[in-house]
Parts: sequence; C-alpha cells; structure tokens
Amino acid sequence: MAHGKFTKGIVKRPSWHISDNEVTPQAVFSSRRKIIKTLGLGSIAASLPGYVQAGIFDLFGEDKPDFVTSKLTFTANQAFQASDEKTPYSKVIRHNNFYEFGTGKQDPYVNAQQFKVNPWQLNITGMVDKPVQLDYDALFSQLPLEQRTYRFRCVEAWSMVIPWVGFPLASLLKLAGVQSSAKYVAFETLFDPEQMPGQRNRLMGGGIHYPYVEGLRLDEAMNELAFVAVGLYDQTLSPQSGAPVRIVLPWKYGFKSIKSIVNIRLLDKQPPTSWNQLAAHEYGFYANVNPQVDHPRWSQASERLIGAGGLLSAQRIDTQMFNGYGEQVADLYRGMDLRKFY
Amino acid sequence: MMRISYRTAAIIRLLVHVSACLPLIWLFLAVNSGQAGGDPVQYIIHFLGKGALNLLVLTLLITPIARGWKQGQLMQLRRPLGLWSFAYACCHLAAFISLDLLFAWQLVGEEIVKRPYLLVGATVWLILLALAVTSFKAAQRRMGKRWQQLHNLVYLAIVLGGIHYYWSVKSEIIEPSIYLGIILLLLLFRAKIYKHKWRHFFVWR
Repeated sequence: MAHGKFTKGIVKRPSWHISDNEVTPQAVFSSRRKIIKTLGLGSIAASLPGYVQAGIFDLFGEDKPDFVTSKLTFTANQAFQASDEKTPYSKVIRHNNFYEFGTGKQDPYVNAQQFKVNPWQLNITGMVDKPVQLDYDALFSQLPLEQRTYRFRCVEAWSMVIPWVGFPLASLLKLAGVQSSAKYVAFETLFDPEQMPGQRNRLMGGGIHYPYVEGLRLDEAMNELAFVAVGLYDQTLSPQSGAPVRIVLPWKYGFKSIKSIVNIRLLDKQPPTSWNQLAAHEYGFYANVNPQVDHPRWSQASERLIGAGGLLSAQRIDTQMFNGYGEQVADLYRGMDLRKFY
Repeated sequence: MMRISYRTAAIIRLLVHVSACLPLIWLFLAVNSGQAGGDPVQYIIHFLGKGALNLLVLTLLITPIARGWKQGQLMQLRRPLGLWSFAYACCHLAAFISLDLLFAWQLVGEEIVKRPYLLVGATVWLILLALAVTSFKAAQRRMGKRWQQLHNLVYLAIVLGGIHYYWSVKSEIIEPSIYLGIILLLLLFRAKIYKHKWRHFFVWR
C-alpha cells in the first residue's frame, strides 16, 4: 500500500492493528481486476454485468492502476470496539453496495478505481450559524481522528464488522453551529455522471434517483454513535467504500450510511431519502435495524455474518434490536411504534 | 435449406451439453480465484438462477426456430436444454439454502411460505422437477395424452420464472423486464400456432 502524507502526529499502533501482510497487496488486486475484465468479456452466461460494459474498452488499452489509499494517524476509541472478529479488509472493499458504480456487489470495486477524491469539498449549510466548507485536506485535519469498530448490518440481511477511522458527526456539525430551529440533517452524495457510470446509465445505476440523498433527525445525528468516516482499517477510504468521506450509522441498515458526501444541510423539515423515494413500503426514513419487522421480501430476524473464513464457514446469527446498540440509541425512539416508523 | 443430418443433430446436441456445462466451470473458477467478489454468495445465486431462466428461454426458442427453418430434428434439443435448466434450478435452490440461509431449515420453510417471490420460485422448481422425471421416452409412452398436458406446464414455469426474477430484485427492474418481454413473445408465438388447436380443444370437449 502506498503511504501518503497523513503521517503527522504520533503514529500509535494499537493492539488490534492489522499488519500489512494480512492485507492483500495492491499488486495482487490490480492483476485480479485485469482477470475480472478479461473473463467478464468472455462470459456468456450471466447477462451483461456492469463491469463488462465499463471494462470493455479498457481491455484493449493499458489497465489503469488501482486507487491509492494513504496511511492515517489516529487513536482507537476504546468505548466503541465491537468484540466480534473483524471482516477482512479484502472483503470489505470487494463487497459493496454503491449503485453509482454498478449494482453488482463487486462492481464498485471494479469500476471505482479511477474516482478522483482530491480536490473535494464538503459543505455544511442550512440552519447553521456559519456555513462550513471542508476541502480534502481539512477532512483529515480539522478534527482529531479516532478509530471505532462497528457492526455493519445491510438491509439485505448480511453483516460485517468494520474498523472505521473518522470523527463523531456531532463534532462536525458543531463546527458550523446548529441553530435551534434545525430539526433534521440532510446528506447528499456527489453527482458526477462522468465519474459515476451508474448515474449516467440507468441499467447500471439500478433506477435510483441521483444524487443519492439520506437524512436523519437532528437528535439521531447528534447521538454519540453517529460517525463520519474518512478511513477504513488504517488507511483512507477506497472509492467503493465511499471515499473521501461518508457517514456510518451502526444501528441503522447500511443504506442510511451514505457515501462520498458533498453536502450536509440542516433543515426544519424531514428530507427525502433515496430508497424511501424508490420503494416507501420497503424502506422507511428511520431504517433502524429491527429483527421484529421483516422486509417484505426477506426476514430480518437473522443475518449472514461475513467473516474471515471461506464460503462454507460463514455463520447465520440472530439480528439484535438496533444491531446491538440499543443502550446508546433506544431512547431516541421511546414511545414510537417502530412497526409504523420502520 | 437442407435438412440437418442425424450426425449434425448429434453434434449440435453435444454442443448443447458442453455449452451448458461451461458457465458452471467458469463460476467455479471465478469463485475460487476470488473473481466473483469479496463475498460471492449473491453472485452465485443470481448466476445460477439466471442460468436456469436463460436455458428455459432457449428451450422454448427451439420450436419457433425448428419451424421457421423447417428443421424438425432440432426439436430433440428441447429435452437436454430443459434438463439443464432443471439442473441449474437445483443448483440455484441449493446455493440459496446452503450459502445464504446456511441450512437454517426452519427459516427456509418460513421464508418460502411467507415470501411470494420465493413461493413462486419454489413452484417453478416443482414444475421443472415433474417435467424432468417424466422426460424419458418410457414415461411419455406410459402417460399417453396426459404427458403433453403435464408438459404444457413449461409455459407456466417460464412465466413464473420471469416473475420470480422481477420480484427478487431491489430496484434493477430493467433486466427482468426484458426477460418478461422475451417470455411474452415466446408465448405469443405459441398462441398463433395453437390457435386452431385451442378452438378444437374447447369445441370438442
């Protein structure tokens, strides 16, 4: 892995640190990508996956190198360390839902490597005392970086355990000074069809209305669990994981944890959210992990935990209310009918 | 056009078997080498399900092709293609039960009963099972007229298969819509051929 410029401060190596030899080297990934493309073109069975369309021209030219991440300096926050075994880095970055880069689980890994994250601008506007703009470097230097290991539960009933690097969402919002009239926070992903093939091609983008938008009630956003991630394991995010900056909400289904954000707006009304717009009866505004409320097409009572082992060593575990984070967030929803506000 | 010789038909049949096999080998290699993604479970299930549907579409394409080109020999291909479709459907179901639900049998039962798209998928599998076990010459002879009635269920199977696919996706409905369109075309073709027979069927009974 290339080591970049984020090496100021003291490099602490916590006990959970994953050494480089446990992480698949960049060169191996590059060659894998090449094989995917080559084989993808010749495959006649599954109908055209996104990466075939995207890779068809690359095949005849030089294979472009993978996205280069940089090492980050941070401290581990011991209050937020899930005890479960972590999902290996190589699986976390090769199993993603990021429809901007295709709907297949490995499409984002295959299609997002040339994504440009620098320059970047994250704007915090709306009902704030002073609007804030963070450029790429400020994302890593404005607030102290900490590491948290969260369980991550997808609405599709699979889950991972992921060490993120970033800062609390509340700290970020406080930079702008939230006004008392604000009741909601709206988030927006970058809209750049040139770079995001799913945004220019309906077949690849899965019919979502772009840009992808998400939202939270202000008290949810201010909860200590709500996290802004700029890193994964010990380095900056890969594009498929939402580089350079994303939200992580471990008590909600994964689609709430919006990626590659450019806008945060403080509002007094509930903002629209992408999956809710697409299928309101399947995806609510809250989308809290709840084993008692099934998705219309599958059970949410259990989940397939994607761990370190091979295909057949996976386990199916019971899903916990609020993904096991009830202690921190249950109070937010006291008195609410969570069957109605799913 | 010349009629296909017996020898050519045998070669085509061999080609069908080989081509139906190849995607399975590709899938095995892709999964083993990590090309199917960090967690290939969904990839495997979709790949096999789509394979079953593709083969079923091919099975029903044989009749229009054989008629259009006046090559009756080709009609023999329906059986191997149909059986391959059933084989893919079995793998698809097995992958769902083993890799996704990890043999949680109670959950398997509950899910199939509770989720319409799974009930539809299970129905397709049962139809294909019935067609596969009666696909032998001996069964055809013994069942007489009822054999054709049973095997007409293939039309129900392909329609339900398309619906199962459409219903199973989160939002990517374009592709399953195309499949449904193709299935509809295949059925319309039949409606034209059998118009005469249908009338007989209703008038004479």
